[in-house]
Amino acid sequence: MLYAVEIISLLAIPLLIFFIVAYGAMKKVKVYELFVEGAKEGFNVGVRIIPYLVAMLVAIGVFRASGAMDFLATLLSPITKLIGMPAEALPVAIMRPLSGSGTLGLISEVMKTHGPDSLIGRMVSVIMGSGETTFYVLAVYFGSVSISKTRHAVPAGIIADIVGILMSVWIVNWMFG
Amino acid sequence: MDATLKVVSISNATIIFDEVKFTTLNNVTNDGIFSSAKTAVTLAIGLIGIMALWLGIMKIAEESGLISKIALLLKPIMTRIFPDVPAEHPAMGAMIMNISANMLGLSNAATPFGLKAMEHLNSLNKKVGTATDAMCTFLVINTSNVQLIPATVIAIRASLGSHNPTEILGAAIVATTVNTIVGVIVVKLLARLKKYKAESVEQRA
Repeated sequence: MLYAVEIISLLAIPLLIFFIVAYGAMKKVKVYELFVEGAKEGFNVGVRIIPYLVAMLVAIGVFRASGAMDFLATLLSPITKLIGMPAEALPVAIMRPLSGSGTLGLISEVMKTHGPDSLIGRMVSVIMGSGETTFYVLAVYFGSVSISKTRHAVPAGIIADIVGILMSVWIVNWMFG
Repeated sequence: MDATLKVVSISNATIIFDEVKFTTLNNVTNDGIFSSAKTAVTLAIGLIGIMALWLGIMKIAEESGLISKIALLLKPIMTRIFPDVPAEHPAMGAMIMNISANMLGLSNAATPFGLKAMEHLNSLNKKVGTATDAMCTFLVINTSNVQLIPATVIAIRASLGSHNPTEILGAAIVATTVNTIVGVIVVKLLARLKKYKAESVEQRA
């Protein structure tokens, strides 16, 4: 199983690129010219998202470094205990929508301490695997088209994140508990 | 800043000033602010190469008719989730490519497709700078991360000596499916709220 997953994640991208280019060649479109034409836009998009990304990442950085995140974790801990979520899993859940690398660091730490096959090790794995860096996605996607009024995207995204975390906790307790 | 503890003794009572507050403040200014700002630019610059590669590939897929073929296949679902987007619009194809790449865990490919989709969705936007319903729905699908193979997590579990690194696959798929479905329902319901509705409609009139 692990071997299959490794093969898939290794081959998926080269195969996809090969398939698309081969399909294009088969349909007799100008593969190289079209590639260059499309690729030109890459630079503009990268530059356009910088201000949005700076604003978002600085806000998240301050939230973490100032201790506000730990404070939030302390505040929420009585509630999370009720739903069967161990104290160590809570910072992972809060970090998940904010920073991918931050979450990676946290779950490695938890799994080193408790073992990857412990209940909490499995729980943080599922939280990591079923969530996304919501705020990064919002900043990059909206930033790329210069949208600053995000309307209901943020509350809906946060609600979906919370549901995902509750679901992860419940299903891990149910399957492995 | 003197980092050592200052102890002032007044007869029997002892007052201890500790350094903790200064340390915290220091972390906020240095680690928090500046490194985050730098990281943002590094990330954006790093994205340029990947963006260029995938936007180039995407252009080939578009012109060869591959994307419209895939889009046709998923048309019944897509038109229901995105009623404001015409079925034949290029935004549909880009969104499908993005969602499929995400499902396979190809986040490097997913972002460029996603940004292209946003550009197409923005061409349908009547109010510059404000998100449309379709954009919000698309973003919620993205942030809830429909992923079939969470490869990074499996790799970490394997490296830390798990006996069965992939055992969390089923649980992760169920959790992400549920939160995506809930996310789409929530985003549709929120769009009906007066407050959010007003923000999108006022200029169309």
